Amino acid sequence: MINVENLTKTFGAKRAVDGISFSVERGEVLGFLGPNGAGKSTTMRMITGFLPPSGGRISVGGHDVVDQPIAVKRLIGYLPENAPAYTDMTVNGFLSFSAEIRGLRGDAKKKAVSRAVEMCFLERVLHQSVETLSKGYRHRTCFAQSILHDPDVLILDEPTDGLDPNQKHEVRQLIRRMGEKKAIIFSTHILEEVDAVCSRAIIIDRGRIVANGTPLELRRKSEYAGAITLSVRGVSASAVTQKLSQLSSAKRTSVIAENGSKVTVTVFPKPNMDGELTRAVIDATQVWQVEELRTEEGRMDEVFRSITMPDTAKSPESRVQSPQS
Amino acid sequence: MNSWANIKTIAKRELVAYFASPLAYVFIVIFLLLCGFFTFSVKPNLFDRGQASLSGTFFFWHPWFYMFLVPAVGMRLWAEERRVGTLELLLTMPITAWQAIVGKFLASWLFLGLALALTFPVVWTVNYLGTPDNGVIFASYIGSWLMAGAYLAISCMTSAMTRTQVVSFIISVVVCLFLILAGFQPVVDFISGFAGPKVVDFVTSFSVVTHFEGFQKGVLDSRDVLFFLSVIAFSLFTTGVILRSHRAG
Ligand SMILES: Nc1ncnc2c1ncn2[C@@H]1O[C@H](COP(=O)(O)OP(=O)(O)OP(=O)(O)O)[C@@H](O)[C@H]1O
Ligand SMILES: [Mg+2]
Repeated sequence: MINVENLTKTFGAKRAVDGISFSVERGEVLGFLGPNGAGKSTTMRMITGFLPPSGGRISVGGHDVVDQPIAVKRLIGYLPENAPAYTDMTVNGFLSFSAEIRGLRGDAKKKAVSRAVEMCFLERVLHQSVETLSKGYRHRTCFAQSILHDPDVLILDEPTDGLDPNQKHEVRQLIRRMGEKKAIIFSTHILEEVDAVCSRAIIIDRGRIVANGTPLELRRKSEYAGAITLSVRGVSASAVTQKLSQLSSAKRTSVIAENGSKVTVTVFPKPNMDGELTRAVIDATQVWQVEELRTEEGRMDEVFRSITMPDTAKSPESRVQSPQS
Repeated sequence: MNSWANIKTIAKRELVAYFASPLAYVFIVIFLLLCGFFTFSVKPNLFDRGQASLSGTFFFWHPWFYMFLVPAVGMRLWAEERRVGTLELLLTMPITAWQAIVGKFLASWLFLGLALALTFPVVWTVNYLGTPDNGVIFASYIGSWLMAGAYLAISCMTSAMTRTQVVSFIISVVVCLFLILAGFQPVVDFISGFAGPKVVDFVTSFSVVTHFEGFQKGVLDSRDVLFFLSVIAFSLFTTGVILRSHRAG
């Protein structure tokens, strides 16, 4: 549905987006991750036709964004960053206006508005002025605007920003459900959302794609993927570390916590040796009193940090002070 | 027609927005008060002239009223959209920028037309006092509305330049002032002091006052109509160019 080829955008001398290519098909939910100023919003603004690209091509549903902007805009529902809405209108007025400009009239318009209102839980504020809405409700109003015409393509710039935990949950469910029939791109800074919602995620940094894969694939890039954390009682930390570090499949071992006679350590596998490591650790620790043993799946936050801040990413050792359970 | 439907939707929203804010009412009240005061109290007033006519009194002041009042109506048109961020919504809807520009302009122009129409008691008064040429009055109203449209299009353009309404207001007042002064005798004398007659003619051809005078004589000269319409077309076109250039980066 969405095809982006070698997209660039320069503001003056600055390259905000620098040669991005990807595509999204119907039934996919693509997550955009990346640090502040990475170029996520700029990319979305170009896909929706708000900003003209400086280079590259974008097509949506077979239409080129630059050559056939209206056809593309018809296909897209867009929630811009910060969820702008006309403050001098009521929620109902704003949604009716949006429906009209999408070509809906009469009964079709009423139906579309009431459906969106229901999906975004706006009944309570329907006749309130947008100006006096709380941040979360304003966000939901703008979100409702984006799904009014049941578009094939949804571009959502931080759709859960400013929502309460219940609403975050609802919106994630909604995105996932709609993602079965639409092509959706959404950006977020909440890494759990990637697992909860996305079928694929892209990490953008300084205008370039630095990682692209399913949430599982991304997490496997983590040093933690396949690592084994175990708690042992009655053995000293140095003895545990020494023995486990000698395993041929272990890259290194780090002590997570020392609590009286209980020691918790994590053993990191050498590349592609997590299977061997599990067996080796189990063999090596048979003589000890192991209280707990689990395989790490890999941590999204660590992947994110190591990809976007390779020089300053914290090494696991420096995290000894803040053990994670 | 599809594009006309879009223009209508935009214009309707804009009109509703005017009347949802106090701006519309403040504008209408101030405009009517000014018109009433300058027509009936400032010399030479309607009674002194002893003629049943509105030219030279009521309509004489319109270019000056509009200089302040029209930029106040037009300043928010685009500046506010950019400041609040709704411009991003508007321009990602399936409409062209032209439809949005024309829709917004038409709404404000209709609003100015409404304010102008509300001055009807003045017409009623001269008809009560004497027998004016109502054709001349009608032509003057048309001219006044066209002039308001020209000022409005200029405000529309300056509004697109900035996201601060006050800046937009000041720039458009200055441009409108130029359009008034271009035909003002002291200014004409000043320019002819150093420039040839061609330049003087060129500058004075921008004078709204001169172009408006024809209407007040009851003459609907196509050149005058064309002047106002081309100011409108040029300013709206430039609005489109400015809006596009902001996004080009
Ligand atoms: N209109 C503009 N003029 C100049 N620079 C801009 C403009 N818009 C964006 N930028 C720059 O482009 C870069 C990318 O910005 P963008 O808003 O796309 O980042 P982002 O990934 O959405 O960040 P965030 O997570 O903070 O929302 C930033 O460095 C920003 O300063
Ligand atoms: Mg952003």
